[in-house]
Amino acid sequence: MEAKRLPYLLLLPATLFLGIFFLYPFGLVAWQAFSSDSGFTLSHFSTMTGHWKFSTAFWNTLLLALAVVPIQLIMALIMASLVSHMQKGRDIFLYIFTIPLGISDLAAGLIWLAIFEQSGFLNSMLHGLGFIDQPVMFLGYQSPVIIFVAIMLAEIWRATAIMLVIIVAGMGLIPKEYAEAAEVFGASRWQTFYRVTLPLLRPSLQTALILRVIMAFEVFAVVSALSGTTFPVLMSETYRYQFDLQDGSVAAAIAMVILAISIVFTLFFLRVLRVPKGASL
Amino acid sequence: MKLKRTTMVSLCVAAISLTSSNISQAETLFWSTQAKPVEEAQAMRDNVLANAGQKVDFQPNDGGPWLTRLKAELEAGKGSIGMLGALHGDFTSLPADALVDLSEVDLGDTKVNSTFMELGKLGGSEQKYLPWMQATYIMAANKKALEFLPADADINALTYDQLIEWAKNMAEKTGSPKFGFPAGPKGLKHRFFQGYLYPSYTNSVVTKFASDEAIVAWEKFKELWQYTHSGSTNYSFMQEQLLSEDVWVAFDHTARLADAFNQKPDDFIGFPAPAGPTGRGFMPVIAGVAVPKTAADAASAKQLAAYMLKPETQLATLRTTNFFPVVEVALPDDMPAAVKIAGAAIAAMSGSADANPGLLPAGLGDQGGKFNQVYVDAFERIVLAGQDIKQVLDEQKEDLRKIMNDTGAPCWAPDKPSEGACPVE
Repeated sequence: MEAKRLPYLLLLPATLFLGIFFLYPFGLVAWQAFSSDSGFTLSHFSTMTGHWKFSTAFWNTLLLALAVVPIQLIMALIMASLVSHMQKGRDIFLYIFTIPLGISDLAAGLIWLAIFEQSGFLNSMLHGLGFIDQPVMFLGYQSPVIIFVAIMLAEIWRATAIMLVIIVAGMGLIPKEYAEAAEVFGASRWQTFYRVTLPLLRPSLQTALILRVIMAFEVFAVVSALSGTTFPVLMSETYRYQFDLQDGSVAAAIAMVILAISIVFTLFFLRVLRVPKGASL
Repeated sequence: MKLKRTTMVSLCVAAISLTSSNISQAETLFWSTQAKPVEEAQAMRDNVLANAGQKVDFQPNDGGPWLTRLKAELEAGKGSIGMLGALHGDFTSLPADALVDLSEVDLGDTKVNSTFMELGKLGGSEQKYLPWMQATYIMAANKKALEFLPADADINALTYDQLIEWAKNMAEKTGSPKFGFPAGPKGLKHRFFQGYLYPSYTNSVVTKFASDEAIVAWEKFKELWQYTHSGSTNYSFMQEQLLSEDVWVAFDHTARLADAFNQKPDDFIGFPAPAGPTGRGFMPVIAGVAVPKTAADAASAKQLAAYMLKPETQLATLRTTNFFPVVEVALPDDMPAAVKIAGAAIAAMSGSADANPGLLPAGLGDQGGKFNQVYVDAFERIVLAGQDIKQVLDEQKEDLRKIMNDTGAPCWAPDKPSEGACPVE
């Protein structure tokens, strides 16, 4: 009897904690987004969509996620394959690859700012090599493409490791016999990867993509460090409404939008990368 | 065994509550939006508050977190914040009954500026805050820039046209723009539009927001922007760009220019903001101290407020924060360079024949941020996104009118006093 109840007892504190510090505030925020003094309202959402920056922020956020996540996925797969095939020094490489994970996203933004800003490392280097006479303004408001690329680079640098870690763990779970069987049948390395490893990685890919995409929709500190207000994203608009404009209701409404697109993408990955029942390892 | 554990727990709880109540009695928590940089905050503790006659815990914070904690304490009906230090605009966003009346505080012989005392009433009869320190916005220039000044221009009586010509000269003759403007995320660009550009061109801040004169003002600003350093959208404290010589001429808050003046007093000059068709618009910045009604020990907080207004304290504050005194006091000769340079520029600005001083936005309550956003949006749309001026102003005007009507805020200088909400034409 004791043994049966034990898991529930052990899970209770964490569940209570999440209930009090996550579900309850979440309920409050959701209510704030849909309510005013006179009850239910959608006016906060119309204020939100009525602001000229909202659609820019919305598309910027989506575009950034769409540009960053596929590149990260490919890089993480390549890096994970390399690491899995290593005989020696595997751990050292994994540790080095995951260093950016230990750095806060604001710090990551500031590191890249130090590279790209007018008196930054990139300008010093180009000047030192004689390519330019005067420092170039990379992150000015007139060069949104460069700002976008800089944010992409910083995001890729910062957050590829989280996918890598999940995929390395997933690859470790695939029994060697499958690869050996493929070899026996004369499959090339690429065929083995594409036909054997990738399908068996589905559960890990699903987790990695869901986690990463949700994180991509919450991008904030890197963007604000590199672009200030020139590249609005949904999260920066939430912050602006909450703290600069003191309008928590509209901030809550934007947070609901972020939640909605996160749910849509989560369902998408759950569906596309679903593992048929009984087909697991 | 069980009993023992309960005793231990209750002992711990008792110990914790004892220490915390001890702290709240012994120290006054000074919760401030000012003197935020780490060195300034430490200098406040060491040089200004050390002699307060009581233990003060000085904790500066950003406006958002500052307000969030204060509101939480007000809603809870009790709190640990003893005294507030913040800008006039921060206080206007608080609920009407949030602050204790400070009119009874004994200030001794100290003579406080009466205009600022009046502002501290926030439009009511109670003294909601006591003025603490003041500053304003001025221009600063590297002496290298002076050779490009238009021939007929007097640096202490510049017009906007002359400033544009100067910026153009510098951009064309040095190969890159040398005028800088604090348009970054933490930059105080909205104050330039509210207190400088609009009053200088329309003699108004609110009423003539979308007038023909306002269109001219924005056209002029767009012209100036052509010769403005394109990094300006990332600049928030112009002293940094002045010191790195990324820009040679800049507009900013005196406290945000101070490092440049202090570190290289021989390289930089300060001078008044330019004038337009309706005068030389400028705006003061007032910070005040107040006591929230939830203060645990209001009596010591009031004593501390009185201490902050003593002439000696005001001078120490000036050295620490580069904000000027709000009480009558003679400045000694050994003041930092920033104080001397900025002080001279302010005197020239307020003493100029065409001076058109404005007041801080008042009566906007918690809509202060949205009010600023109207001007920031207009700037981003007209200047950065290149949208049509008239159309943008007509659209932004509706936001502005809604804010004025929702808050019922009457006009402030240079707009003519109004009955009820300040009208937007």
